[in-house]
Amino acid sequence: MDWTDADAAEQARKGDQQAFRVLVERHSQSIFRLAFRMTGNEQDAEDTVQETFLRAYKQLHRFDGRAAFSTWLYRICANCSLDLIRARKSRKEQQDSTGEGATAHWLERVAARDPSPERLSQSRQIANLLEPALQRLSEIERTAFVLRHYEGCDINQIADVLGVGANAAKHSVFRAVQKLRRALQPAWEVGAR
Amino acid sequence: MTHPDEEQLVQAYYGEIDDAFHHHLEECPECAATFDRLKEMLDSVSDYPVPERNSAYGAEVWARLVPHLPLAQPRPGWLRWWVLGPVLATLLTVAFLAGRFTEQRQTGISTTARERVLLMAISDHLERSQIVLTELVHADPQAADLASERDRARDLVSENRLLRETAVHMDDPSVVALLDQLERVLVDVANSPSALPPDDLAALQQRIESEGLLFKVRVTGANTREKGQKL
Repeated sequence: MDWTDADAAEQARKGDQQAFRVLVERHSQSIFRLAFRMTGNEQDAEDTVQETFLRAYKQLHRFDGRAAFSTWLYRICANCSLDLIRARKSRKEQQDSTGEGATAHWLERVAARDPSPERLSQSRQIANLLEPALQRLSEIERTAFVLRHYEGCDINQIADVLGVGANAAKHSVFRAVQKLRRALQPAWEVGAR
Repeated sequence: MTHPDEEQLVQAYYGEIDDAFHHHLEECPECAATFDRLKEMLDSVSDYPVPERNSAYGAEVWARLVPHLPLAQPRPGWLRWWVLGPVLATLLTVAFLAGRFTEQRQTGISTTARERVLLMAISDHLERSQIVLTELVHADPQAADLASERDRARDLVSENRLLRETAVHMDDPSVVALLDQLERVLVDVANSPSALPPDDLAALQQRIESEGLLFKVRVTGANTREKGQKL
């Protein structure tokens, strides 16, 4: 059945699990992408996807339809990701997920597209610097940047996800870019040599 | 126009600045160079690949999610899916076989329609099998009460045999092979005590994992449903 998101959410709220299934199957890929970019780790992203839909199901009665269902789901996913990142920090597991293994995995995939020595060198630099730099952003900055840069959300959607005003969302994106630019500067110096 | 500040350059990168800005860039080499450096940096971080997920990913997420969803309001016992499911599947399959056997004598009966019905019945059966398998795989060997899974496996066994028979008639060897494999596990579960010894449950879980049964059931179920919907 070709339900719109709003129709499916309405039916799911009335207890129709098949309607919720439509929403899960429709949005799983995009939620996984967001979760992966927020957490930087495949297994954490999988856990976040599951937790996102579970929370969404339990909170369906709060979805009032004013924002798009996908935006509402993004908000839940962003919050789940942040919860997981906080828990990971508190368990001091951050080093494992941002250390050599994760970076090498990321690098392999980037380098495979263009194996020239210069590109490889710069990719290695960026790979070494990007994930730790993303991790050092504040929660709001990271969320804003991921949504703007990777998910293509506009400022109003980001503001909605973060629960802040449009100017604050815009400024969060800017601060994130500023910080990343500083963090990645060494990679460009290598590229310039 | 005055020289844009850094925040305006970032907004411009994301397409949030009007044409006047771009006009300024054409006339101001200094700003153009600054913008190019920013663009190069932001373009480079776009190269942040996400592991790919196949087209059945949504169905896989759903299968993992279902056991954790809070139960809906209880319905009368005879309306529960594990009671209605086998009955409906049996009716559908009998209708399919009856159609096959009378096909030569009747004209105007749509083979496509019968095939679609069967594909949806198989998909439905695999989905319910998947739920039982998922619960088995995630059961704690030290504290598992499998009475519910055992009862559902018993229903699924007879349904599985009927669907397998029909799949043979349809000449679909991959589905036949999967239903064969599934039946062996379902039979073991159906004949097990509700309190399965931890070692036996662990062995069963290992078997499901090593044969990749859950994955095959998920993928075949999703593919079968998709195929049925396209008919």
